[in-house]
Amino acid sequence: MNTINTELIEQHGLTSGEYDRIVEKLGREPTLTELGIISVMWSEHCSYKSSRIHLKKLPTDGERILVGPGENAGIVDIGNGYAAAFKIESHNHPSFIEPFQGAATGVGGILRDIFTMGARPLAVMDSLRFGPPDDAAAGSRNRHIVGGVVGGVAHYGNCFGVPTIGGECLFESSYNGNPLVNAYALGIFRKDRIFFGKASGVGNPVIYVGAKTGRDGIHGASMASAEFDEQSEQKRPNVQVGDPFLEKLLMEACLEAMDQGVILGIQDMGAAGLTCSTCEMGGRGGTGIEIDLRHVPQREQGMTPYEIMLSESQERMLLVAERGVEEKVFSVFKKWGLDAVEIGTVTSDGMLRVRDHGEIVAEVPNSLLTDDAPLYNRPSAAPYRPAPLEGPTVPTPSSDQMSASLGLLLGSPDLCSKRAIYEQYDYMVRTNTTLPPGSDAAVIRIKEAGVSLAMALDGNGRYCALDPREGAKLAVAECCRNLSTVGAEPIAATNCLNFGNPEKPEIMGQFVEAVEGMGEACRFFETPITGGNVSLYNETLGDAIYPTPVIGIVGLIDHMDTPVGSHFRAAGRKIVLIGGLLPAVSADLADLERRFGSTQYAKVILGRTWGLPPALDMGYEKRVHEVVRAIVRQELAESVHDLSEGGLAVGLARCGLGPERIGARVEVRCDFPSHFGAFHEAPSRVLLSVADENIEAVSRIAAGLAIPAPVIGETQLDDLQIRINGDTIHASIHELYETWDSALERMLAG
Amino acid sequence: MALAGFPSLRFGVVLFPGSNCDHDALYALRENLGYSADFVWHESSDLSGFDAVLLPGGFSYGDHLRVGAIARFSPVLSAVKSFAERGGIVMGICNGFQILVESGLLPGALVRNRNLHFVCRTVHLKVETTDSPFTQACEPGQVLAVPIAHGEGRYYADEETLAALERENRVLFRYVDSQGRPTPEANPNGSLNNIAGITNEGRNVLGMMPHPERAADRAMGSTDGRFIFESVAAALALR
Repeated sequence: MNTINTELIEQHGLTSGEYDRIVEKLGREPTLTELGIISVMWSEHCSYKSSRIHLKKLPTDGERILVGPGENAGIVDIGNGYAAAFKIESHNHPSFIEPFQGAATGVGGILRDIFTMGARPLAVMDSLRFGPPDDAAAGSRNRHIVGGVVGGVAHYGNCFGVPTIGGECLFESSYNGNPLVNAYALGIFRKDRIFFGKASGVGNPVIYVGAKTGRDGIHGASMASAEFDEQSEQKRPNVQVGDPFLEKLLMEACLEAMDQGVILGIQDMGAAGLTCSTCEMGGRGGTGIEIDLRHVPQREQGMTPYEIMLSESQERMLLVAERGVEEKVFSVFKKWGLDAVEIGTVTSDGMLRVRDHGEIVAEVPNSLLTDDAPLYNRPSAAPYRPAPLEGPTVPTPSSDQMSASLGLLLGSPDLCSKRAIYEQYDYMVRTNTTLPPGSDAAVIRIKEAGVSLAMALDGNGRYCALDPREGAKLAVAECCRNLSTVGAEPIAATNCLNFGNPEKPEIMGQFVEAVEGMGEACRFFETPITGGNVSLYNETLGDAIYPTPVIGIVGLIDHMDTPVGSHFRAAGRKIVLIGGLLPAVSADLADLERRFGSTQYAKVILGRTWGLPPALDMGYEKRVHEVVRAIVRQELAESVHDLSEGGLAVGLARCGLGPERIGARVEVRCDFPSHFGAFHEAPSRVLLSVADENIEAVSRIAAGLAIPAPVIGETQLDDLQIRINGDTIHASIHELYETWDSALERMLAG
Repeated sequence: MALAGFPSLRFGVVLFPGSNCDHDALYALRENLGYSADFVWHESSDLSGFDAVLLPGGFSYGDHLRVGAIARFSPVLSAVKSFAERGGIVMGICNGFQILVESGLLPGALVRNRNLHFVCRTVHLKVETTDSPFTQACEPGQVLAVPIAHGEGRYYADEETLAALERENRVLFRYVDSQGRPTPEANPNGSLNNIAGITNEGRNVLGMMPHPERAADRAMGSTDGRFIFESVAAALALR
């Protein structure tokens, strides 16, 4: 028997204060197995001990919300008797250590969260952040990580048979030592067929199904709760290995058993494996669970109780069935060639009791592991600001320089085509994808319910680094705007909050500001948060990532037809700029200059970042969404594109970079320098192409909500020409296409 | 839709553990084309009552060992073989094509894509001959827009086999550009001779990497895949 000393406590990531609390609550010293169980449940990853206080500030209620935070996934009513379960979760730390398996098991974990609730997964998206592929020092490793992560996502999703329909992929050097892999999944089921992770009915069998337990992933949750240092590669054995084929069988078997009505409660074994699933199921059910480890299917010999309880082997589930019908459960799993064994029973005493061949090796109250886990109100200070507020004087570029800049921007990592990534994903399987990747929002039809769901993921670390509160609000605004471009009504959200070390007050300050900003915006845009995930300690050698809150919002479309796309379809159409040239902008040139520091132009062309993110007027923004949705629903526009990153010039070019490759001739005037008009970024803007006969109707809708909708030009073949004040940006749309389309492939080749 | 009027026309869609285009095939056959279609479990060896059998895409048995290598030993495959030997219509799509090649019902092999990546996109296919039950409702030389989604779809065969396929008009579909030219750029995976789909000597077994079931519904962008299913229906009606 190991004696528990200071060193051992520290190795388990517990403070001495936390250990004293364990002894006090247990009334004795814990055994080593108990120490392992408690430490993993009290880790940041499982307990949210630094974030819980602030997460309460997020709105979680709404008319359509059937299940909010706290379950495996949030659930929203989509009408006609159907509901959608959806969630986003991070797998940042494993993806840095072992990119392919880290990303693959991230997808596997989020898929299990969805089908655990009884829903069949129908869509996956990913929000990815990497260090730049051309970074002088870290470029080679960054390219390796991108390749591994994309390969891992593709491998798992493609084999499982769920389409990966979209997402986002952005690059900043703050992610050099700490990439972000946030995986999102959505599934569909009848709304009267929801399953919960709850152990009910004293004496009922607790059944283990799926893969055998091995030594992989032990302390994965604890790894995700610490910073990285030079020795991080030694943590590779902490990364789990995924088998999407097994998970596909597991899903089919679980859904079939659920259909037969023989499952009372079910939970996946993700982070903290058997430990988390047993104590949480008991905790939610107000019951206890007693298991004997001798029954747990094991892949390796000689595993200790400690290892079995903390293993994070993938593709495993725990379920509770009614006593007497367990044979039916076993026969369904046998049909799919899977292990299903009774490993214990539901008890009434509120304890997690673990036996090994009869002998008790752990006996801990569920409450100690769940509700009584530590809760910290960590000190916070003014957010850490990685860039100065004031920037250099921006030199006024000539027309030729602006034309060249447009090409450079379209070939830059953030703004170039992500085709090299999304073509590796099977984005069409299940034949629901009516708007494929590469658009502002992804759309799938829901054949069972006769509706479509639009979804988008958004987050802008650079904006948040300059102002976490405004940056988080801008992400919510942009996500809702993306949904409105396809005519969808935003109905519910999930979030993934990626930050550095919360024990540093200026990082905690970023977190608090961002959560409050996100809460304010979600309340305003009526998109309650139904769940999600917090990932802290995203630091390597003391360097934190940009604060990166990512929001995923689901929108409802009341039909199953192909939605309008974002690309110009033909020449001779009027181009309308909904929202006007620079909404919510003060006439103050100093303010414009300060906010110019957050643009892609500043980042790519000037190689600098400074200042503040674009200004947002949420009331104005919401009216823009309403205008756009009305225009789309009345089918008045031939294309609709959210004009955000890169500014007007980039936005116009991207409208033209569809299969038809259509140029434009545009003229705008402004009271500030031309390059601000061409490259300044602002929310609340949407570009449309509209046939002549519909222009009047479009103007009327916009005027009705007091939103400017100037006609700024016309689509044309071959050339893109933008006249601003006296200057002209001019480029061949075909040349821009070559640059934009091939850039990522070239960069990833090194 | 003239060809939808065969109430007796019934497709069997084989379901292996790991199949994942099974539901898509069933939906396209039933809902988009109006035929009758049912799943056949991989442990079944009974194909009676089916007019045509479809092996869908996916990762049968997890692609363990080698794509299609384990599926060929499943009970249903013996039934598919005798079904084909009796002249029954068999269609292998994507992983189904890989299984047919592994089981010897079709010649050649399907190996890792030239760029080593999985690739999902809509490609153009040229109908090389209308002399088959899978293409008889097409125009000669017709160009179809049909999606692909595979990591191991690069068709390979020895010179002799390749020559026989070409000589006997058994290459049914070739990857082409939108103008119908079989250029290297239009070849998404490095297949020899831009081959996308072939048939056997008896011309009753089809293997193709592209997914016609994903191009059977206007909401999905293309309906060109319907020509292939409608060809099968027309061929069966004439029997």
